[in-house]
Amino acid sequence: MTEQLLEAPAPTIRGPLRGLYAGNTRSVVARGLRVIARNNWLIVVTGFFEPVFYLLSMGIGLGALIGTVEFYGVDVPYAAYIAPALMAVSAMNGAVYDSTMNVFFKMNFAKLYQQMLSTSLGPLDVALGEILLALFRGLLYACGFMVVTSLMGLNLSWTAVLAIPAALVIAFGFASFGMAVTSYMKTFQHLDYVYFVMMPMFLLSATFFPIEVYPQGVQWVIQAMPLWHGVDMVRQLTTGLIQPSILLHLLYFAVMIVVGLWFTTARLKALFLR
Amino acid sequence: MIEARGLRKQYGDFTAVDGIDFAIEPGEAFGFLGPNGAGKSTTMRMIAATSTRTSGDLQVLGFDPESHGPEIRAQLGIVPQADQLDEELRVIDNLVVYGRYFGLPLPYVKRRAEELLDFAQLTEKRKARVDGLSGGMKRRLTIARGLINSPKAMLLDEPTTGLDPQARHVLWDRLFRLKEEGTTLVLTTHYMDEAEQLCDRLVVVDKGAIVAEGSPSALIRQYSTREVLEVRFGSSRNAEAAERIEGIGSRIEVLPDRVLVYDDDGEAAMAAVHERGLQPITSLVRRSSLEDVFLRLTGRSLIE
Repeated sequence: MTEQLLEAPAPTIRGPLRGLYAGNTRSVVARGLRVIARNNWLIVVTGFFEPVFYLLSMGIGLGALIGTVEFYGVDVPYAAYIAPALMAVSAMNGAVYDSTMNVFFKMNFAKLYQQMLSTSLGPLDVALGEILLALFRGLLYACGFMVVTSLMGLNLSWTAVLAIPAALVIAFGFASFGMAVTSYMKTFQHLDYVYFVMMPMFLLSATFFPIEVYPQGVQWVIQAMPLWHGVDMVRQLTTGLIQPSILLHLLYFAVMIVVGLWFTTARLKALFLR
Repeated sequence: MIEARGLRKQYGDFTAVDGIDFAIEPGEAFGFLGPNGAGKSTTMRMIAATSTRTSGDLQVLGFDPESHGPEIRAQLGIVPQADQLDEELRVIDNLVVYGRYFGLPLPYVKRRAEELLDFAQLTEKRKARVDGLSGGMKRRLTIARGLINSPKAMLLDEPTTGLDPQARHVLWDRLFRLKEEGTTLVLTTHYMDEAEQLCDRLVVVDKGAIVAEGSPSALIRQYSTREVLEVRFGSSRNAEAAERIEGIGSRIEVLPDRVLVYDDDGEAAMAAVHERGLQPITSLVRRSSLEDVFLRLTGRSLIE
C-alpha cells in the first residue's frame, strides 16, 4: 500500500437534517443505475406495455364506437382523450413497481438499506436515492408512451411536451409515497393491498370516461385520489386545454412528495437505526 | 477511543444490555466473549451508531452516537454477523460502490478496491458474482469492504461463525495483519479459541452484563487452574463418579457428558482418580482455556 490512504470525509450537513442527510444521494442513485446497467433491461421494459395495450384496444377499438368526448368544453377524439390518462398511469406504474416490489425486496431480503446505513449515509440520502430511481423508471415509461402517442397523432397541442415533466412529478409523488407505504409491509401478501388500491384507482380516475358521470359524492372521493390529479394535469397538457386547476394538481403532488419523503426517512430511521 | 459507562439497551420488557462499562484503547484488539443472546451484537450496534441506547453514556471516537451517527460511521469499518453483501453487484463493485457511500472520490476508491481485493485474497474473483463465493470468501470480502474508508476501528461481529476450520485460519491471519498495522479491532465471539488468539483484552459477558475483564491469560490465571483433567464415565455415571472424585484438584465441574477436574497438575489428578479405583472411559489433560473461565463465572458452557 504505497499511496496515502484517505479517510471518509465527515458529513458537513448542519441544521435540522443533521444525522439524517449526508448530501450523498448520488452514490445511492449510482448504485441503482449500475445494477440496472449490469443486469437485464427486460425487467424495466415489461411494465411499459400494459398501458400501450390499453391504448390500442380501448383507444382504437372502443374509440371507433364512441367518437368524441367533451373535455373542458371541447370535443376530443376518444383515443386522444384516454392517451394522456394512460401516460399518467404508466408514470404511476413505473414508480409504484419500483418503490413497492423492488424496495420491499431490498428492505427485507437483500438488506441493502442496512448496508447503506452502516456507512456515513443518512436515511434521507437512501430514501431520496431510491425514490429518484423509481421516478427514473416512471419517466422511462412515460417517455416511451409519449413516443407511441406522438406516432399515433394523439397529442393535440405543442404543450404536450410538458407532459414529460408532468409525468416526472407524478412518478415522484407515487414513488415517495409508495416507499413510505412499503416500509410498513412485513410479508409479500401485504404487497397485494397496493394492487387492490391501484386497480380501481386506475379504472375510475377519469381514465376512460369523464368524472361527471358519477354522483357528486363519488366525484369528491375520486378527486381526493392522486391519479385523478395526474390524469387531469397530463390531459390538459396534451390537449392544450390548460386550466388554472393545473396549479392545484401540481400542489397536490408537491405535498405528496414532501409527505412521502418525510415519512420514508422517518421509517428508515425507525427500522434500521433504532 | 470507545468508552461506555452504565450502557443499557432495553427492547420492551427485555433488557439486552444491562448497564455495562468498558473502555477500548487505540490499537488494541478488544473482545466481547459470551454465549448467543448475551447482548454482544446489540452492544456492537450501539457502538456503530446503528442502534440507540436506552440509558448510560457512550463515546465513540470522541462523539456521542446519539447525535453524531454519520460522523462516527464515517470512521468505522463494520463487519456484521451475517455478511450483508450487495448480491446484485460483482465482487469488485461491492467495494467500489460501498466506498462511494462514504463520499470518497471514485478514482481513489477504484485503486483502493484493487488493493483490498489483494489483501482479502480475492483478486481472482474480481468479476465474480457474490452469491457464488464460499462462506470464507464472503467474510473476507465483507472485511475488505469494511476497510474501504480506512477506518480508525473495525467492528467485527462473530467474524468466524459458520466457517470451516481452514477458512477460519485464513481469516485470523488477515485479522492479525490488520492488528499488526495498528488497526483497532473490536470483536464479539462465542469461540474461546478465537478470543484467545485475537484479543489483547476482553470482557466476558453473560445476560447483558460484564462478569469479568482482562487479558485472556490473566483471566485464566485468575479464574482457573493451569491444567484441567477431563474424564468421561458415560452420561449416566458421571454424577455418581463425580462424588467419588470429590477432593481431588481445587474444583470439580460436572457437565452432562463429562467431569472436569481443575488442578495445576492434571497428570497428578488423573493418578489420584485411578487410585480411587475409578476407570474413566476416556480421559484427557489439557491447559485451561477461556471456556473454563466462563464455566466458572456463569456455571454454563459458552456453546450450548
